[in-house]
Formats: sequence, C-alpha cells, structure tokens
Amino acid sequence: MELRPSKPFTDMTEAAIKKLPGQLGVYQIADAQGTIVKIGFAGGRAPFGLRSELLKELEALGAGHRFRVEVNMQYTTRYQELLMLHQADFGALPRENAKDPPPRLGHLSPR
Amino acid sequence: MDFEPSSEQQMLIDMVRRFVRTEIIPLEAKLDPDASELAPEDYARLVQKTKAMGLYGIDIPVEFGGPDIDIVTRTLLAIEMSQHRAGLYVPCYGAFGGAGLAQIFEANDDQKERYLYPTLRGEKKPFFGLTEPSGGSDPARAIKTRAERKEQGWVLNGSKIFISGADRAQYGIVFARTDAAKGRGGITCFIVDSDTPGFHVRRVVHTLRSSSYATELEFKDCWVSDAQVLGTVNGGFAVANDRLTRQRIPYAAACIGVAIAAHEMAVEWSKLRETFGTRLSDRQAIQWMLVDNEIDIRTARYFTLEAAERARRGIPFRTEAALCKLIASESGGRVVDRSMQIHGGMGMTKDLPLERWYREMRIRRIGEGPSEVQRMLVAREILGASVR
Repeated sequence: MELRPSKPFTDMTEAAIKKLPGQLGVYQIADAQGTIVKIGFAGGRAPFGLRSELLKELEALGAGHRFRVEVNMQYTTRYQELLMLHQADFGALPRENAKDPPPRLGHLSPR
Repeated sequence: MDFEPSSEQQMLIDMVRRFVRTEIIPLEAKLDPDASELAPEDYARLVQKTKAMGLYGIDIPVEFGGPDIDIVTRTLLAIEMSQHRAGLYVPCYGAFGGAGLAQIFEANDDQKERYLYPTLRGEKKPFFGLTEPSGGSDPARAIKTRAERKEQGWVLNGSKIFISGADRAQYGIVFARTDAAKGRGGITCFIVDSDTPGFHVRRVVHTLRSSSYATELEFKDCWVSDAQVLGTVNGGFAVANDRLTRQRIPYAAACIGVAIAAHEMAVEWSKLRETFGTRLSDRQAIQWMLVDNEIDIRTARYFTLEAAERARRGIPFRTEAALCKLIASESGGRVVDRSMQIHGGMGMTKDLPLERWYREMRIRRIGEGPSEVQRMLVAREILGASVR
C-alpha cells in the first residue's frame, strides 16, 4: 500500500460509481482543478460499501467532481492516516472535512 | 483464596454492568463496527456519569485523588467494563479515565504539577515509548535509542515503534540508553513533550487492530533538560518493568470480559438456532464447546484474581501476573474462536462483535509481552533465577 494514493482520479458520475465494488475502504474526492475536497471511508455499516457511500457523496456534492478509491479493511485507521497526511502536506484538512473535523485527530510529520 | 465478590464489590459490579448495558452498548449500536471513540459530547456526558458514580480514574492511587478501590475490586470491575464491542482495547471508550502504562507516580513535585495532575484531570494525554524496531520483549538489550549528555540535559537519537496515541499526546515517557555498558542498568526514562524540537511522529502503523493505529517515532537530536528525567538516571528499566508487570492484571481482565461476552452470545444463540430439526444447544458437539469456554473463563478468572489478591496484599506477584496475562489472552482467543464457530456464518460478519474480538484478541498474545516471554518469566521462577 502506498502512503499517498497515486491512482488516477475518475469522473464522479453515477455510472462510474455503480461499477465500484461493494467493499469497504477509503476514498478521495477532488474538484475539477484536482484539489482534494474530501476524504471519506465506507465502513461496516455502509450497505454497499464504497458504492453506496460515493453515491451519497455525489448527491451531496453534486456533479463536476472526481474520485478515487482504495479497497481497505483497515478503513478507520487508513482514513485517519490520509487526513493527517493531507494536514501535514497542505497545512489544513480538505474543505469538506474541515466543516466537521474528526475529534482528536493526531499530527504526523512524515518523511 | 475466596474470590466470591463481597456485597460491596457486587454492588459496584452491578453498577458498572448496568452502565455498560444501558449507556455503552446502545451508543455502540450506532457507531461504525470498528469505532474506538465516542462523539465528544457523548464522551463528556459519560465521564460526568462515572464521576458521579465515584469511579472516575479508578486506577489512580488515593493519594492522587483516585477513588480508593483495591486492585481486586478494580479487576472485577475491569472484567465488566470490557463487555462490549470496543471493550478489549477501549473499555467504555475511556469514560472511567486512567493513564494506563504511562502513569508517572514516581514523578518529582515539579513533574507532578506539569504532567501528572493535568493527566489525572484529563487535560493531558501521555504515550508510553518503550518498544523499538530492534524489539520490545527484551528492553534491556533492544533499546537502541541513545541519550547523550549535553548542556544540562540529554540529546535523544533513535526510533520507537508500535506506540499508541503518540500523535495525539501532549507528552510521553520515553526509554533511552544512557550507558551502553550497563545493560538494563543503563536505561533512563525521560518525559518528552510532543512539541520538543527533534521529536517526530513519522508514520501510522496499521495492524489487525483496525479500529486504532500505532505509530512510529523518531528522535533526531531531540534535547530535553535534566528536569525531564523520570526517577533516576540509569533507573529506567525498573520503571518499565513495574508498569509492564502491573498492567498485566487489567490486561488479563479485559480478555476475560470479552470472553464472557462472546460466551454469553454463544449460549443464547445455541438455544435459539435450530438445525436438522433440533436446537444447537441439544447437540453434544456444541455443548462441549460451551463447556470448554466455561473452563477457559473460570481458569483465567481464578489466575487473574489470584495475581490481583497478591498485589493487594503487597506480596510479590510478578509470576502470577505473567501467568494471568498468559492464560487470559490465550484462553480468550479460544473462547472467541469457539463462539464464532457456534454462530456459523453470522459469526464472521461485522454485524456481530465477534470478528472484531477475534482480530483484537490475537494481538493480546503478543502485546505487552508475548506468551513466550510470560512462560519464560514463570520458568525462571520454577527453575531459579540463574536460568536464562
């Protein structure tokens, strides 16, 4: 597993999301300029894993975004790791995460 | 030894049991199955309740404001506190307080003001920095992090791994080698503030315990003053040994609590589930699994309470602590495994807590001293201290 995801982003359309597996994992959503606006996860209570979580995100954020996913059973810790990495790399949380930051997020100083 | 709870102990047990069932489990039903934290408002509300119950900071000695509950009673309560999905590692999501391994009761007055009291009030969080990439079971030899004398202080260089909570802590207690020639007599314990230049939390370490992560730390020319030495220079091994020995009792208690919860689920399920025209509980194969669960739980409970009773009496309990940690972690794993088998396919799902307990219980045979080290400690006792 790479520390920072490097898979290419895919246009966030209903058709693209419906091709996703129903597995658990983490995702990143970027705007049209490629700026990551949200990091999220599909946990054990998501009815269809990444697919259902990203459909909810599409409804909430609207069209014009892109996404990439990482199937990962360690979604809770990977989610927190991605948030901390983003904070370390860019000095702040992604726009949507900053609106409702997770309580007690830690700090990393990655090499 | 008689471990039948007294009426006072039973009253406290009932109180904690009710708290787990009415406050924790309903909240947990709405959380992600891998959650290890409550929403801040829920946590604050529950802390108020445990304070009102007189049970907050249960492992804090009375001279530091703890509730003055003896270790046998605390062990009985720890068995209750862990009987929920997240209970093995975060009993009641920390609502009962406590500092775990990073208690610093031997701190001097200045250190108590700066670290101990704020920690006991819940204002500061510590981490415990012992294990290194070179090993954790044999700290006397494995500690490679060096602390060298410089300008009325010490410069730390080295790394630590599998450290819980270091990315969120305000300070940690860190063990470093101050005399390369002295083995276990050359280790010193330092209190390191998380904002000290040269202290870095380098990465998250993902494990089977996917609800929470460990971290890897680096100390790079990290200078701390003499005022940050906890205890005496070259006296750090005794601090680590004391923490690890004491912690084995609540560590075992949590394994027992989870084993009881898994076993109770298996008993209930076996009475409900029918296959081939009869209930599971009517089948000898299932009955024997349930009996084996019962044997494992009772054995672990006896050994753990024996260790606690010796600690309460102030007599040596190192061997008993090793035995109880060994037995409770190994038998806990067997009980959860059998309970999953009885539940069949449902036992594998995240709908039930069994799969989380299964993963987390596996770590208990390694964490805070693997089974082999516990056996080694007991063997030394049996065969004499000259055996290495």
